[in-house]
Amino acid sequence: MTVHSTSPQFKQNAARALNDDQLQKALGNVKQGFIDKRQMAADKLPEFEALRDSARDIKNHTLEHLDLYLEAYEGKVKASGGHVHFARDAQEARDIILNICRDTGAKTVTKGKSMISEEIGINHHLEANGITPVETDLGEYIIQLRNELPSHIIAPAVHLNATQVEEDFRRVHTHLDAKRDLSEPVQLLTEARAVLRERFLAADVGITGANFLVAETGTSIIVTNEGNGDLTQILPKTHIVLASIEKLVPTLEDVSQLLRVLARSATGQELSVYTTFSTGPRRSTDADGPENYHVIILDNGRSSMLGTAFEEMLRCIRCGACMNHCPVYHAVGGHAYGWVYPGPMGAVLTPSLIGVDKAGHLPNASTFCGRCESVCPVRIPLPKLMRHWREREFERHLTPATVRSGLQLWGFFAKRPTLYRFATRAAMGALALVGRQRGRFAWLPVAKGWTKYRDFPAPQGETFQQRWKRERKGARA
Amino acid sequence: MSGLQPQGRPAKPRVGLFVTCLVDLMRPSVGFAAVKLLEDAGCIVDAPVQTCCGQPAYNSGDRGTTRDLAMQVIEAFQGYDYVVAPSGSCAGMIKAHYPELFEEDPNWRAKADALGAKTYELTSFLVDVLGVTTVDASYDGAVTYHDSCSGLRELGVKRQPRKLLASVQGLTLVEMQDSDVCCGFGGTFAVKYSDISGAIVEAKAKNIEESRAPTVLAGDLGCLMNMAGKLSRDGKPVQVRHVAEVLAGMVDEPPIGATKGPHSA
Repeated sequence: MTVHSTSPQFKQNAARALNDDQLQKALGNVKQGFIDKRQMAADKLPEFEALRDSARDIKNHTLEHLDLYLEAYEGKVKASGGHVHFARDAQEARDIILNICRDTGAKTVTKGKSMISEEIGINHHLEANGITPVETDLGEYIIQLRNELPSHIIAPAVHLNATQVEEDFRRVHTHLDAKRDLSEPVQLLTEARAVLRERFLAADVGITGANFLVAETGTSIIVTNEGNGDLTQILPKTHIVLASIEKLVPTLEDVSQLLRVLARSATGQELSVYTTFSTGPRRSTDADGPENYHVIILDNGRSSMLGTAFEEMLRCIRCGACMNHCPVYHAVGGHAYGWVYPGPMGAVLTPSLIGVDKAGHLPNASTFCGRCESVCPVRIPLPKLMRHWREREFERHLTPATVRSGLQLWGFFAKRPTLYRFATRAAMGALALVGRQRGRFAWLPVAKGWTKYRDFPAPQGETFQQRWKRERKGARA
Repeated sequence: MSGLQPQGRPAKPRVGLFVTCLVDLMRPSVGFAAVKLLEDAGCIVDAPVQTCCGQPAYNSGDRGTTRDLAMQVIEAFQGYDYVVAPSGSCAGMIKAHYPELFEEDPNWRAKADALGAKTYELTSFLVDVLGVTTVDASYDGAVTYHDSCSGLRELGVKRQPRKLLASVQGLTLVEMQDSDVCCGFGGTFAVKYSDISGAIVEAKAKNIEESRAPTVLAGDLGCLMNMAGKLSRDGKPVQVRHVAEVLAGMVDEPPIGATKGPHSA
């Protein structure tokens, strides 16, 4: 089992989010910031679309031969003096990490940003076993103080404003002067840096995620903007890389292509501020680095996506562009999705990892506007995959009974054109008669969801087919 | 209106009008506007007996019903040179998704491919296939145009309606903020997730209002009904129409969700 999910309560979560004024204001920043920056970055690079094709092809090729690349990667890591651990599920990954921490006698663990670590709920597990995990990415640090999940995969605290952060800092950093001025964001940043700097130096183990694992060299790569990842992995004696199987990429050449679309899609940067390559533990000639280097490669349900329609989801490089462009995410934010991965990518991935019976709302809560697919750097057909989930639900009779019977009734008529014409003619005639005076309905018994927020326009009366038959019969060529 | 620019096309192409179920039931005047535009452009238009493209079933995960309806459409429309719909959503369904339904049935797959290849959204057909550059219509005042998602992203419909609107006498196009962002309709989504849909259409209505255009147009009736319903619920006097009505100069019918008379909207 992985971290607790509130995905089954998606509708309630969404309703709460829609009524949260502070959250709504914060979400406005997502809408404005990311979209324009990505567009500008894409416009500046003439080969951007071609690079997206290439990125898709690289990931597809890797997934087709994933066994070979995993093996090759493992060999290279071992050759460089590191260790590779394969974890079937979250529990195995937690056990492996705890054992490594215990072997090194660790009391404090610093962490770079890692969505996989959220997926396996490692922080709670370490705490339960007497080890203190410290998030070092600023956003992650803030949500750790609040005991929350990230609400965005690259901007974990995007749902918060500076006042909330100030309150959290005052609540937790009690060793500092209570009268200090924290009214400016830069003051919050300075305080976080000072607090975290001590934690970096005290840490026994550093855990980072990985954006890519390179089979050719046994290298793990992280991209960050704060430099916290570097301090996390260089200062402690032991560096643990926590990654999942789909992070594999064949060569450094491939990585350099993927990096060109990653930051542009995510934040509109040409490259993130830091792109850090690590290969094995510190060598005798190295100035610094960890003595021990472990890589944990998590499956947690991913290998069962291989060879299915959902394999395409494993191309995801976690840029967040899909959620940055999603009208549903803009409306409700990341926490409403109820598990680790929000937005369109979460709507496809979450059912794969925790089951469509729990996460069924997520692939249904989409208008299929297609904006996510139009910006995905690895061209994942997200709406199509969400539809696949809806099909799985329908096959397994998980679709709500009202929807099913409504569809059945509608399908019955739609498959019988003559009957359909007759029935719709009568229905539209009656509806038009009732709605004639105002031209719309403020309430309709079968469409309460619709009329809760908007009127339902009245039909004109006669159907097209009725009038066509009357006016144009014999006009057919 | 400019004539046809023959490029291996029949001089008078036979067009099967896919009316779409919403236009058929709710607003037939859009269908007749489409007929006028097509006939003015030299087409012979027919509207065979039809129901729905199957999208509600498709997006609800009911592939079986979708396939049945797709086969019905394929058979009804196989005899025409082109199939044209006043909707990017339904045309996109036929063009982009019908072939996916028959991946394991080569016979029907071939038929679906053939139908998809000759199916177009109305404004895209007029501009891209027939080479129409102007229409014979006039409309007083400013309009703003909402890009419906399927037409925009599945079929590349963006400049075609704008190009035709530019030739309407007296009309000025004012772009709203985020014209290419979803209105929150999404078919059954609007009812199943009404809270979220309500929030998305609220943002859309705000953008429409801020454009200060007294009329909003789009190419899909589902989106139009959603936007019209929101604008009227909030008492905003914006007229909502399908783009075909304006292009065909057929604006005698009251706007969507309004009645005849001076205080209609």
